[in-house]
Amino acid sequence: MANRITLEVTRYNPAHDERPGLETYEVPLRKEWVVLDALNYIKDHLDGSLSFRWSCRMGVCGSCGMTVNGVPKLTCATFLSDYAPGPVRVEPLKNFPVLRDLVVDTSDFLVKLAKSKPWIIRKVEKPLEEEYFQTPDQLDTYKQFSMCINCMLCYAACPVYGLDPLFSGPAAIALAQRYNLDSRDEGADQRLDILSQHDGIWGCTFVGECTQVCPKNVDPAGAIQQYKLAATKEWLKSLVLPRGAE
Amino acid sequence: MVNPTEYLPKSYHTRVSTYWWLARWAYLKFILRELSSVFVAWFVIVTMLEIRALTRGPAEFAEFQQWLRSPLLLILNVVSLFFVVFHAVTWFNLAPKAIVVRLRGKRLPNLAISAPNYVAWAVISAAVAWIILRG
Repeated sequence: MANRITLEVTRYNPAHDERPGLETYEVPLRKEWVVLDALNYIKDHLDGSLSFRWSCRMGVCGSCGMTVNGVPKLTCATFLSDYAPGPVRVEPLKNFPVLRDLVVDTSDFLVKLAKSKPWIIRKVEKPLEEEYFQTPDQLDTYKQFSMCINCMLCYAACPVYGLDPLFSGPAAIALAQRYNLDSRDEGADQRLDILSQHDGIWGCTFVGECTQVCPKNVDPAGAIQQYKLAATKEWLKSLVLPRGAE
Repeated sequence: MVNPTEYLPKSYHTRVSTYWWLARWAYLKFILRELSSVFVAWFVIVTMLEIRALTRGPAEFAEFQQWLRSPLLLILNVVSLFFVVFHAVTWFNLAPKAIVVRLRGKRLPNLAISAPNYVAWAVISAAVAWIILRG
């Protein structure tokens, strides 16, 4: 294994750059190094002005999502040696405005996430002393979707979001589904009102790449298709029983 | 894209290329899958034309069959067959994503959802082939 590898990193300074450009750096290639280690090496030894987000280094915080050789990746879980002999191109996440170098503006996602109400909604709250019980099987129905770390790789992989920024997007819908499937939750109606609109679940054309790039195996594409099926059932029910089942 | 961060001086917005679907094989496969619906529609039209020719008598049907034998139609139908099979296979493979069946608390594996689709496809195709080919 050669002991050095070349990184092509996006640089963009909004104060004086018209558009982002690529800068080339040579970093040590070590077996245990991930792309994030290489970026930190650049920042520590080659160019301290390089900006990028990171925090936990262990695939939990969801901060270090970037585009590595065209594919959205968590850079803390992407080994340099897999790209040897290089070069490795590191760019900001696609489909988001670039603020500086590898840092993107995530505001649009955060607004959409809040809109899908990813929290437990109760019609009547129990008193604080009482607990909400849940069986392991009930937990199992939504656990997969609860693994989402909001890293936004799915948004970067989704061509629908790239072409239509109004689309709610994979993670927000998967997290809505996570609460819909929770036995303690009673807010599915409220979420359906928001997500059954055109920019919600029906915006999805099932490209499926959100699921492919997800580092946590959340399967947002599956969540959206299951949501579509549930929404269709609700619509049929309202057609057959216009005044409600009760 | 709506930029809710007016307090920032500037950000760079990339426009999605018109040829985004050529960037990755997965995207191209998706576009081909969507395109396959055109060929499915074409096969529906061919079948309807065939039924119409059949109802108009043997002479018209023979003429229709002659038309189907023209090289252009042969090539078109071979391409259409490829796309219709592609359409069916991708549809069956995606079905388990949307349909979640739980048995005794455990989710059924993907194969348990897609396999009955393939079996039904094979059985119905064999039945149709038998009806047509038995003479």
